[in-house]
Amino acid sequence: MDILDILRAALQQALGPQAIVFALAAIGLNIHFGYTGLLNFGQAGFVAVGAYGLAVSVVTFGAPFWLGIVMSLVAPLVLAVILGVPTLRLRADYLAIVTIAAAEVLRFVFGSVEMKETFGGSNGLNGYARPFQQANPYSSGIDLGIISFGRNDLWSLTVGWILVALCCLLVWALMRSPWGRVLRSIREDEDAVRSLGKNVFAYKMQALALGGVIGGLGGMFLALKQASVVPSDYSTLMTFYAFAALLLGGAARVLGPVVGSVLFWFLIAGLGSFFSQSAGKGGWIPTVIMTDTQASVIRYIVLGLAIMLLMIFRPQGIFGDRREIAIDGR
Amino acid sequence: MRKRLYRVLVALIGALMVLLVGSPVAAQATETPPPDATAIQVTLQDEANKDAQGNPKPIPGVTLEVSKDGKKAGEGVTDDKGVATIVVEELGKYTVTLDEKTLPEGTVLDEDTKDKVTVTVRFQGPNNRAIFPIGVTAGEQSSFVKDFAQNLRAGIVFALVLCLAGLGFSLIFGTTGLSNFAHGEMLTFGAVMALSFDQIFKTGGLASVSVILAGIVAVVLGGLGGYVQDKVLWGPLRRRGTGLIAMMIISIGLAIFLRYLFQYFYGSSTHSLSQYNGQQREQHWYYLGLSLADREAIIVAIAIVTITAVCVWMAKSRMGKAMRAVSDNPALAASSGLRVDGVITNAWVIGGALTALSGVLYAMQLQVNSFMGMRILLVILAAVTLGGLGTIWGALVGSMVIGLVYELGPLFGVPTSIKEIGPLLIMIVILLVRPQGILGRKERLG
Repeated sequence: MDILDILRAALQQALGPQAIVFALAAIGLNIHFGYTGLLNFGQAGFVAVGAYGLAVSVVTFGAPFWLGIVMSLVAPLVLAVILGVPTLRLRADYLAIVTIAAAEVLRFVFGSVEMKETFGGSNGLNGYARPFQQANPYSSGIDLGIISFGRNDLWSLTVGWILVALCCLLVWALMRSPWGRVLRSIREDEDAVRSLGKNVFAYKMQALALGGVIGGLGGMFLALKQASVVPSDYSTLMTFYAFAALLLGGAARVLGPVVGSVLFWFLIAGLGSFFSQSAGKGGWIPTVIMTDTQASVIRYIVLGLAIMLLMIFRPQGIFGDRREIAIDGR
Repeated sequence: MRKRLYRVLVALIGALMVLLVGSPVAAQATETPPPDATAIQVTLQDEANKDAQGNPKPIPGVTLEVSKDGKKAGEGVTDDKGVATIVVEELGKYTVTLDEKTLPEGTVLDEDTKDKVTVTVRFQGPNNRAIFPIGVTAGEQSSFVKDFAQNLRAGIVFALVLCLAGLGFSLIFGTTGLSNFAHGEMLTFGAVMALSFDQIFKTGGLASVSVILAGIVAVVLGGLGGYVQDKVLWGPLRRRGTGLIAMMIISIGLAIFLRYLFQYFYGSSTHSLSQYNGQQREQHWYYLGLSLADREAIIVAIAIVTITAVCVWMAKSRMGKAMRAVSDNPALAASSGLRVDGVITNAWVIGGALTALSGVLYAMQLQVNSFMGMRILLVILAAVTLGGLGTIWGALVGSMVIGLVYELGPLFGVPTSIKEIGPLLIMIVILLVRPQGILGRKERLG
């Protein structure tokens, strides 16, 4: 048992690219769920079209890199409009079901054998990230004592955390504005806002689009960092993990999703490392109770339990305000 | 010394005789070139004429001529396996011509198949193939009806299994208003319990009835699971006044928790029940032109009897009426003197048992996997939504439609690898056009 090792694995993930992707996805969800009260269970779909928007336009259609980046921002916008026009009038739980189904449909289409020419099937697409890697200004990696990042990772992390910071700044500014106050009042009482003469539908649509584009940024970042897009990355679990991160940090708070995502991956990686050291050869847990493969599953069991307990006992998360949580639908 | 020479001589003569006697036969049967020689290989099979195992029959005795730039470069005749290997001297483009006169009687080339095929020999060795499709179109045409029957059968079985799970979902949604994302795991629970008890009963010496007994135990445990869930988790939450959306997120946590708990104990590989694992030869029964394996006949029978019983019970019994009253209007039901909490507990028990039964039947039909519930959850949601959330008859109709669409979709252009798409798209459209479902009552939903 090496505590330093566990800490290293946990910190590496907590500051690494995974945390950035989920922070961006959760910031988007925060606009949907935290501020506007929209229960979007299809955030993985927005992340996926962000990633595929870049990859498909560059690899399949041979567009230049900058156009790929633009497409990666436009694609979530288009998805938001297509999803939003019909669904935003639905009740919260119906909206959740439609969005989760839409995200799954997208994932199936991206991974299908029949559309392999366009989307690359289950192997996905690659070979579009060269301009991003070439723009790397660093000549070497960084060693922070306990953790270290290679040259490419350091570049991705710099870009990623800047993106996260910019998004937080944007959310902070928007939510202090009159526009943000309308969103929050929609969350509290839609009909009251409507009776004040506001176009609730338009506000909801703007919130869905903005959150979707920020989620799409997460997809774009993941695509650039991995240099490949694979459909299996964008399953419903991605949405649920982003939700877990958001709830952990605290919804309706600017920094909630970021802190939540960092903490989420710190705990997931830390638990993973802890149990993989504890079980199997040389561990203190006998193999009758836990084998190596079982040890890798434990953290997800804990995760499920944590989501339940969090929602039951502290739905506002670490930073949240209980009065600001939109959990009383119907 | 002399003796040795004599022996060698005898051996030589013997070898020669074997060669003499054996060589004509050997030469005719296999004109096998040395394995590393560069050659074009042609395999002729009649796709319209399959043997018992479903393999196409080889066509022997057909003459093939290979030419390069108009000059003849080689010739071959297909052997018993329908294979002809024609050695060529160098890499390059060759034309392979099939002599149609040497085809056996009754076998013809497909209409769009020419008797000449161009082959580019790129590799040293015999792996340069020329293909002449024979009987492929004929085979495809005759099999659409067969495929339809096959998929219809699978669709009916799947629809009934879906219907049981959908009824469970509907009962719980109707009385509590909860979209339970852990419902898929309740189905998996039934399946893995059946698997475990199947093994226990089998080692206990009850191999002949182990699946049936295990199924009964699993259904009872499913009902118990529903009871425990309600008493420990959902009941207290209801009394605390937790919102529905919070409960929905809690059910997601529960789903992830249970799913990985199952994976912890059962791994991520697929298991089968001891009987009916699809390996054994099964007796087939014929109903209205559909052939059902006896396993499928059992599934269909159990499902239909259970569904009928639940429907009659919901329509006639006191508790059924109470349940419908609660799902119509909980406040009114409570003020009319109904014990709403008790009714909800009942809904959880029955819903849990029905869903576990669905899992058992699904395990009999296919296999057991820790993730089976997660994969089927959205299809269940689609079925229930289509019929109308919370209504019993809606779950019935919706499941039948979705089950058939799921299995028959591939015949009408839905890509097979993503046949989940059909139900999901139907669900999205229904929610947009008629959110109350086919049979649901209209209410304000926006």
